[in-house]
Amino acid sequence: MTLSFDTHPDRYKHWKLSVEGDIATLAMDVDPQGGLTPGYELKLNSYDLGVDIELADAVQRLRFEHPNVKSVVVTSANDRVFCAGANIPMLGSSAHAFKVNFCKFTNETRLSIEDASAKSQQKYLAAVNGPCAGGGYELALACDEILLVDDGASSVRLPEVPLLGVLPGTGGLTRLVDKRKVRRDRADVFCTTSEGIRGKRAVEWGLVDATAPKSKFADAVKAHAATLAKKSGAKSKGPGIALGPVAPRIEDGVFTYKFLTMKIDAAARRADVELRGPDGAQPKTADEIQAAGAMQWSLHAFRELDDALLRLRIEHLNIGLLVLRTRGSVDAVLAVDEALFQAREHWLANEILALQARVLRRLDLTSRSTFALVDQGSCFAGSLLELALACDRIYMLADDAEKVAVAISSLNGGLLLMSHGVSRLQARFLAEPARVERVLATKGLITTADADDLGLVTVAPDEIDWDDDVRIALEERASMSPDALTGMEASLRFAGPESCDSKIFARLSAWQNWIFQRPNAVGPQGALTKYGQPDRPTFDWKRC
Amino acid sequence: MSLTDSIPNNVDLASDPKLLRALEKWQPNFLSWWRDMGPDGFQEDKIWLRTAISVDSNGWAQYDYVKMPDYRWGIFLAERKEERPIQFGDHIGKTPWADVPGELRGILRRIIVTQAHTEPASVEQQRLLGKTAPSLYDLRNLFQVNVEEGRHLWAMVHLLHQYFGRDGREEAEALLERRSGDPDKPRILQTFNETTSEWLSFFMFTMFTDRDGKYQLASLSESGFDPLARCTQFMLTEEAFHLFCGETGIDRVVRKSAELTAKDPNGDARKLGGIDIPTIQKWINFWFSSAVELFGGEISSNAADYFATGLKGRYREDKYSDHVAMENIYSMDVLEDGRLTKREVPMRTALNEVLRDEYVEDCERAVRKWNKTIEAAGLSERLFLPSRRFNRSMGMYAGFHFSVTGEPLTREQFEAKRDEWLPTAADRAYVQSLMKPVYEPGQFASWIAPPLHGVKGTPIDYEYVKFNERER
Repeated sequence: MTLSFDTHPDRYKHWKLSVEGDIATLAMDVDPQGGLTPGYELKLNSYDLGVDIELADAVQRLRFEHPNVKSVVVTSANDRVFCAGANIPMLGSSAHAFKVNFCKFTNETRLSIEDASAKSQQKYLAAVNGPCAGGGYELALACDEILLVDDGASSVRLPEVPLLGVLPGTGGLTRLVDKRKVRRDRADVFCTTSEGIRGKRAVEWGLVDATAPKSKFADAVKAHAATLAKKSGAKSKGPGIALGPVAPRIEDGVFTYKFLTMKIDAAARRADVELRGPDGAQPKTADEIQAAGAMQWSLHAFRELDDALLRLRIEHLNIGLLVLRTRGSVDAVLAVDEALFQAREHWLANEILALQARVLRRLDLTSRSTFALVDQGSCFAGSLLELALACDRIYMLADDAEKVAVAISSLNGGLLLMSHGVSRLQARFLAEPARVERVLATKGLITTADADDLGLVTVAPDEIDWDDDVRIALEERASMSPDALTGMEASLRFAGPESCDSKIFARLSAWQNWIFQRPNAVGPQGALTKYGQPDRPTFDWKRC
Repeated sequence: MSLTDSIPNNVDLASDPKLLRALEKWQPNFLSWWRDMGPDGFQEDKIWLRTAISVDSNGWAQYDYVKMPDYRWGIFLAERKEERPIQFGDHIGKTPWADVPGELRGILRRIIVTQAHTEPASVEQQRLLGKTAPSLYDLRNLFQVNVEEGRHLWAMVHLLHQYFGRDGREEAEALLERRSGDPDKPRILQTFNETTSEWLSFFMFTMFTDRDGKYQLASLSESGFDPLARCTQFMLTEEAFHLFCGETGIDRVVRKSAELTAKDPNGDARKLGGIDIPTIQKWINFWFSSAVELFGGEISSNAADYFATGLKGRYREDKYSDHVAMENIYSMDVLEDGRLTKREVPMRTALNEVLRDEYVEDCERAVRKWNKTIEAAGLSERLFLPSRRFNRSMGMYAGFHFSVTGEPLTREQFEAKRDEWLPTAADRAYVQSLMKPVYEPGQFASWIAPPLHGVKGTPIDYEYVKFNERER
């Protein structure tokens, strides 16, 4: 099966998106028979990757297609439940690598909700109109506000530890104490009490913001959504632009997009991605950016890269090394960047910049070794230089003609931040903040020697060495333990402070992914294995 | 009256500060719930009721006139002659738990809260029925059922108070906050939010819905958590009367129906103020299908957990030879691509279905009795139980359509037959139109036959309810 991340509200199986004035409603109504793969039923609004792909699409589409929406109500159209979280039989029957990638994607979707709130002033309200467990509560936690129905029965809960022997996998623990600032001992009680907490106490503990009785719930949702919309502070935007599909042509392991090609070399366990820079006339002003719509290079090329990264992550698990090249004109990229920077107050320029930032973060978080190859004809400038800076290593050709160059644009200064809140230059030069300023102050083309001097280059082979040095580096890298590399890269990439976002991923990969491997969860007697089975789990009591 | 006097008990309430503290706060709330949600009217009348004041054969059924708010709701655990080890599950053979084992707190709490919610709901659902009682005998029986359901709530609350600390006290409070049919805080299961507005439904409820209670209680009376086992065992002795009301109540309606059908020249019982057999069948279809939902999902990991942990056994666990039930399988009818096929399910996850089997068999026995009554009147019509797949809104058959005999149907096919199988608005209006009170001792409404015997050896025309004349 080839998975597609392209979808559209007309084709959603599990969500209903409706927009009324400046308030949108995303109603979850998961089709139990609509799972991505056979073998499990998506009961009680539980979700799999397919459900989350639709959610991610809706969140993104609301920003581009309905920019005047100021608040978004996330609720359930299933009268028995708000959301039961990730589907347990699906998780139980999935390979470890899939579980990890599934969790990563759902986490990125939750973060995209918070990003929409912070960058697009689209405020999210979780209208929890029924029981809400696990990933269901974590979805609510990603929203700006949580309104819980007070019907004497509906609770919010995180039963992963007591019932499944795993952790809440989409940032629940971190958001509890870091975002909602729930007291740690109360959070401890909450996370080990399988029946959860409801009503007044849920408000008292800060697990939700407010409750409303069943008969007044719809009115309360409207009122809260209207208040959130008012508070959003969003200016009038639009008109929205329709996002078309990014569907690549796939042939013999080659993914061909409009601006990007990805070649899968299974034998070398390597994916070669070539991103082509802007070609032809590009929008220069806010009005032109608005008029250019969804197919303008700055937007579409990054959506294509996003799609390629997702396909690589989910479907090509044996590919350990991602090699990035660019082709095009440095000046053209700089011009596009400059136009976006100048127009950054314009809603669409703002959205394009936020999307580029998200895609770059997706690259930061991709568990593959990433090498950028800066060679003849490349255009690693500004927004595309960020691609290189996101990579574990940068190889730059020291050509005799000194034609190979990178360049800085206004976007490198802090518009495309990493998930821990710093720019890639800041993270790179943690010891020398002054060097960040030096790099940012450079104008025009930076040739290999200068780039090396600035600290932007890992290795700069000359034309004679280039082929062999690069080949050996790629082959050597592809031969090392994938687990160790993943851990090492994740540890080295995010130098500097932590944020709620980065903590979520750090803990996910350190703790959850470890627990997902442990016999107490997935061994023959583990809690996840035994969930729904006739017998009960047994644990190995050793703490480690 | 002091708290300990007003609450007959065999749990040494007087010297239990924990329980006293909890009940001091809870009892006034319970009484205020009873006044708000218990029988509408009749609270000042003297009802000839049985009260349990101890668990021995003399004490558990003391009959006397009592005003319902003065009823002494007690707390009793059945006596056990000798301690027996846990009978089933993963802890088989071990000593039963006298206190809540921490590792089973969550599961045990869920079992008790679920059971507790069913108890007060029926009182709320039936609160208007006194106004249309078909006889004093039935009026008295209604109130007997109501006060005992109230006592069963006490029994569950006792467990919450005694064994679950602050959380248990809060949960006990919440039990009184939820109300049947309340749009804001409804009861958990939909069956308990349907109003019981006429007596045919009351008999159906006590026949079919309360009978689920019997099987749940019987399974819990096998529990390795000793207080739960003994508490539910004693509840069963009282529950038997509720089922008797339902089973004989329907039988009396059937008897009258058959009699009137035979009498009317066109065989129409309705012409003579009775409820015709086809209407009774529709009520059976509705209430049976609603009651079978209460057993839970056909394939249930909760059921497996309850059994594995030794907290909820099977009905009469001792009649089984294998009490671990890990190796066996259960063959279940499942719907695949619109067709019924057999699927083999691990026994433990099928235990809800196993209990449902016992229940259905018991219901079939009652239907056979009613049919004997019809046969005795010389009629050829027969009542039947619908398939357990019919008219389901929970479990694996929910969302699909089946005939009363259990064949898969399309939605259109089902809708075409709906009015033939389930009560219509007109049917309900007709049954409702018959609901006129009959309060003269020994007199009975047109649509129901008298019982064969009075209560506890009393004559049928006994004055079971002494009305407070000032009130009337």
